[in-house]
Amino acid sequence: MNRKRISLRQELPLLVWLVFVWGALWQNFSPGNLLFGALIAVLVARIFYLPPVELGGRFNVLRAVPFALIFLGKVVAASFQVLYLAVVRGPNVVSAIVAVPLRSHSDLLVTATGHVISLIPGSLVVEVDRSTSTLYIHGINVRNAEDAAKLRKEVRDTEAGLIRIMGTKDELSALTQELAA
Amino acid sequence: MNPETVIDAVSAVFMVVGALMSLGAAIGLLRFPDLMSRMHAATKPQVLGLFLLLAALGLQMRTWWVWPVLLVAWLFQLLTVPVSAHMVGRAGYRTKHLHPELLSSDELEAVVQKAAQKAAQKTANHGVDDDDAGR
Repeated sequence: MNRKRISLRQELPLLVWLVFVWGALWQNFSPGNLLFGALIAVLVARIFYLPPVELGGRFNVLRAVPFALIFLGKVVAASFQVLYLAVVRGPNVVSAIVAVPLRSHSDLLVTATGHVISLIPGSLVVEVDRSTSTLYIHGINVRNAEDAAKLRKEVRDTEAGLIRIMGTKDELSALTQELAA
Repeated sequence: MNPETVIDAVSAVFMVVGALMSLGAAIGLLRFPDLMSRMHAATKPQVLGLFLLLAALGLQMRTWWVWPVLLVAWLFQLLTVPVSAHMVGRAGYRTKHLHPELLSSDELEAVVQKAAQKAAQKTANHGVDDDDAGR
């Protein structure tokens, strides 16, 4: 089998995650259990081989924490908004499908942006055009072009936040240039 | 007020609000007009609802080792919910399970039309119809 060898450094996040899940499921974080978990993690990663996720090479924790908190806040606000729409507007709710071109062409960032934007109630990724990295998003309660522009801006801002956390250096410098302009 | 009462009160609030979110999802499923707006109701409020219920559970268990399990449960929910919503929404759009009169704009339709035209042209030119038309 001609599979590309993955360096241990590239595989490490996956292994750490597998060991964490192992410990969490046993509800036992003793060294012996974690060591056995690590053994199984390595075996699983070797036998059930998947193409590696191409990481950007950097991860900014200082940016990630506020991003996570803002994300939680948005989820709370939007959940109540969808609840309100369901009770008050109901069958008369008007939506739209909005095309949002993203800056990044990396699969990881497009996926992450799509995930974050899908988890915030009120927006749903309908289609992804990978060649142009465009997301087609179904937004609820988007009544006119102004609302659509707001949704587009929110998606682009989410992507900017994710680039600051884990985009490559090139993407980051392109972003700062764009924002400075 | 002793800490026990505070923890009980906080978890009570979390549970009620979490249940309210599930109720909201049910109301949304019943009242929203088409498949895609229903997907919003069916998938999203639970992200918050489950978070609040798991947090209340964690507060009541009073042991630290239950938190990693709850975290893993919530993270898997975060990873799978957008994928299922996307797959159902995408299938719904492709099989035309939507009400165009309830969309204020549809920027995907022009793209689909263009792709379909291109595919039709291709088949007309080459006389083959087994290529991936519509993609």
